[in-house]
Amino acid sequence: MIKLTTPISKSDRLSLKSGDEVLLSGIIYTARDAAHKKILDYLKSKQESPFEFDGQVVYYVGPTPAKPGYPIGSCGPTSSYRMDPFSVELMPRGLKIMIGKGDRSENFKDILKQTQSVYLVAIGGIGALLAKSVLKSEVIAYPELQSEAIHRLEVKDFPCIVAYDAYGNDVFHK
Amino acid sequence: MLTIPKDKLIQAVKDMAIDANINLDQSVVKKLKAALKKETDRLPINVLENIISNQDIARNEHLPICQDTGIAVFLVEIGYELSFEYDLEAALTEGIRQAYIEGYLRKSVVDHPLKRKNTLDNTPPIIHMKLVVGDQLTLHFAPKGAGSENMSRLAMLTPGAGKQGVVDFVLETVRLAGGKPCPPIIIGVGIGGNFEKSALIAKEALFRPLEDQAEDPVDRELESELLEAVNNLDIGPMALGGKTTCLAVKVNSYPCHIASLPVACNIQCHAARKTHVTLKGEHND
Repeated sequence: MIKLTTPISKSDRLSLKSGDEVLLSGIIYTARDAAHKKILDYLKSKQESPFEFDGQVVYYVGPTPAKPGYPIGSCGPTSSYRMDPFSVELMPRGLKIMIGKGDRSENFKDILKQTQSVYLVAIGGIGALLAKSVLKSEVIAYPELQSEAIHRLEVKDFPCIVAYDAYGNDVFHK
Repeated sequence: MLTIPKDKLIQAVKDMAIDANINLDQSVVKKLKAALKKETDRLPINVLENIISNQDIARNEHLPICQDTGIAVFLVEIGYELSFEYDLEAALTEGIRQAYIEGYLRKSVVDHPLKRKNTLDNTPPIIHMKLVVGDQLTLHFAPKGAGSENMSRLAMLTPGAGKQGVVDFVLETVRLAGGKPCPPIIIGVGIGGNFEKSALIAKEALFRPLEDQAEDPVDRELESELLEAVNNLDIGPMALGGKTTCLAVKVNSYPCHIASLPVACNIQCHAARKTHVTLKGEHND
């Protein structure tokens, strides 16, 4: 089991191998369909990024509302392929680590290899268990998107598996 | 006049929607535990252990099993001896609204597929009603997540394609889906009817008890053949390899046109949440 803390250095990123099990700690950011669209619209209109992506981790999740006394509700990954058209724009701008579930497009894999990015998966459908690794959650952008707003999560030993490493190796069986 | 009091119906809907999202049916847990025993590799074992552990955590801490608490789907069987002096669909909708707001469930419904404004209470539900004999109202409810629903497909095959055409279509659907619908999956297959009927009976197939078998011997044989063929694809839990891609295949069939062979393949993730309740008609006088 590999332990990593964000922001993740280039050498740590490049040392990951497809199939590795990783426990992630530190700050990660949530974004899914609607937030990605907003980020990309911003990029296109302002010609600059609304966020600094270097070394950061984006997690594709829309959590359930937190019950009183809990930092977050259930928070497992959503399918990543829907973010492919956005990710291929963001990887060249510095976003190098993404967490989601399921396989992604050939175009995504090409850009991933070119930019030496890494795609991790969390196990889908285990949102109650994954919530135990989240210490803190706050909405930092697009609150109008509700569960799809960008949340800043503080995680401790959040379990992931390396799906595509920076060299394009693929863990999935098809 | 026999009816179901409106307040009682709304409460029943609210309770069942919250319960279904939190407590995974034991028939699914049993299948998952049996699947874990068959796996030998590190990653599929890890995935199944976590899935089993997750449903325990959800049950004990009263948390949703999955953050995708779905769009609400109802199959409603209305005994024709019942009558209603209120809008039944509005009452089901109200039960869902209360469940998703008060039960800390995610609101995952937008008002229009292109305008995409969240309705903020997970309404409206999708409701299929049919009249049946008797004086009872049975509600079958499933919170259907998009991960698996998005991987579902429908094809209008030619009669000449026959059984092999159906098998090929289902296998192709599962291969294209890969890890996206959160395998191990359950597959509802609808063959026959017409375009919309095949989709509806595929959905109804997912509501069948996990342990049952199709009544028709041809459908029953297709279920076991498909289960074996899908599990030989080596996709495995979350597509990380292994022996368990599918927990069960359910085939429903219906008569069809001489020129048609519709086939619908509705996929359900391993968080196979569903429940049902039967309410007996009460005298309203």
